[in-house]
Amino acid sequence: MAEAAEQTPEEQQPEQPGWGKAALEALAWLFAWPIAFVAEVGFMARLVYETFMWGIRPPYRFRLVIEHIEFLGVQSIFIVGLSGIFVGGVFSLQLVDGFRQFGAENQVGAVIGLALSRELAPVFSALMITSRAGSAMATEIASMRVTNQIDALTTMSVNPIQFLIVPRVIAATIATPIMALLAFMVGLVGAYVVGVFLMGIDGGIFVERVKWFVDTSDVGQGLVKSAVFGAALTMVACRQGFYASGGAAGVGQATNRAVVQASVAVLVLDYVLTAVILGQGVGV
Amino acid sequence: MGLFGSEKKVLDGTKEGREDPVQIRVRELRKSYGEHEVLRGVDLDIWRGEINIIIGGSGAGKSVFTRQLLRLESPDSGQILVDGLDIVPLNDWELVPTRRKFGMVFQFGALFDSMTVFDNCAFPLREHTDMSRKEIHDRVMQRLSDFRVADAAHKLPGQISGGMQKRSALARALVLEPEVLVYDEPTSGLDPISSRRVDELIRETADKFGVTSLIITHDMASVFEIGDRVSMLYQGRIEESSTPDAILRTENEVVIDFLRASGVSTAGSEERASQ
Repeated sequence: MAEAAEQTPEEQQPEQPGWGKAALEALAWLFAWPIAFVAEVGFMARLVYETFMWGIRPPYRFRLVIEHIEFLGVQSIFIVGLSGIFVGGVFSLQLVDGFRQFGAENQVGAVIGLALSRELAPVFSALMITSRAGSAMATEIASMRVTNQIDALTTMSVNPIQFLIVPRVIAATIATPIMALLAFMVGLVGAYVVGVFLMGIDGGIFVERVKWFVDTSDVGQGLVKSAVFGAALTMVACRQGFYASGGAAGVGQATNRAVVQASVAVLVLDYVLTAVILGQGVGV
Repeated sequence: MGLFGSEKKVLDGTKEGREDPVQIRVRELRKSYGEHEVLRGVDLDIWRGEINIIIGGSGAGKSVFTRQLLRLESPDSGQILVDGLDIVPLNDWELVPTRRKFGMVFQFGALFDSMTVFDNCAFPLREHTDMSRKEIHDRVMQRLSDFRVADAAHKLPGQISGGMQKRSALARALVLEPEVLVYDEPTSGLDPISSRRVDELIRETADKFGVTSLIITHDMASVFEIGDRVSMLYQGRIEESSTPDAILRTENEVVIDFLRASGVSTAGSEERASQ
């Protein structure tokens, strides 16, 4: 002990070489985000599994599903319709202006019809539902978590996943495609109004091109994507709310994360689903 | 042996367990969060039909203990025997019969804010019984009347006072006629008069419905007012467990310090003062 005490700091052997520790810290920093990402994916996969398992077990809460469809769908009609009409309008504006440069403005109806049915309507309606209903779901469930209401459900032998998450996921899977269909139809109206009345293209050709190019399979593709988006955005919002902690600040953070992650999930899933449906764009 | 050779689990407790005066036995219960060990081997008996109180300072592990007891979390190790049945290894599905024996009154009520007081109380009945609407209405209104909140039946929790929320939460906890009622800090945040009213309510509830009560608190007045048994949780272990009268004669330094800090003088503290 005395000898050790007499050693100067220079003479004492460090526990670990300086460069080794720095390298470890650098590696930890480098891998922190990928590890957190993989952990989150695993966590979400487990929640999806539990939601499925509790979803097929009775009791089946049809009334709650209807209530959530009303909240997710009916109450989103205005915002989805409004965004749909402007998306269609601005897309029409851009396409007519662009296509005119090489005399192809007659194709505007076809392009708008395909883009709206396959992409724009499903994606924009999902993003609108995320910002309106996804944030509300995350906030409500997070508030329940931090005020022990979820614990209260558990102590009453009511599984909170079955009571809170399952009906919302089912409702979103049903309501989001309906909203996408609404956005598609309203978007076409917006595109028609702007293209025909403001940009002067032929209305009959616009309608004929839409009818000629847009098949039920295109609309169906959009609806399938919408259903997946609905389930995904609800799972993300519920996950963030369900595992919130830290009082009022925790509720705010959960809501923020829910909106950001659900929006990103919709866009990423959009690419993946499109690649799978078209059988292209996945590099194989 | 049950169907397909698997042993059928008795999920409602054993016959001997149900006749045991100790309704819940906790043995060597441990729980850690990461490196931090909160419960370090809790041993505790909760006596049937009595008011059992757990005291302890902030950070002693009282709330964590409650969460393990109700299986809101899974303990790392140990046993929780409810009527002779160890509930630690059970899954959510298997826990249903045990959970139905419990009623929980949370610190701030934890009433569902999207439902009226009536619907909050009716919720467990709608979930777990086949009672008709009229039967549910009658049972709920009876419970709300018992706790003098019948007038608030059709109000939302946010529209009533904190005291009424607590009474409504108590009514909800009792509506399924549980065998064990757990109270988490029932007098926390209340003025002394309201606190004594809550104590009276707990005593009345225990006497009227014959339930086993477990109260988590650091309100010493409650201990001597209504407690039949008192246990002190300190640094994740039960430091002492006895009756309120006996604890006044304790020689345990930790308990003496806690009681003295709470304004309670014990034989031990007087002896130390005289030295």
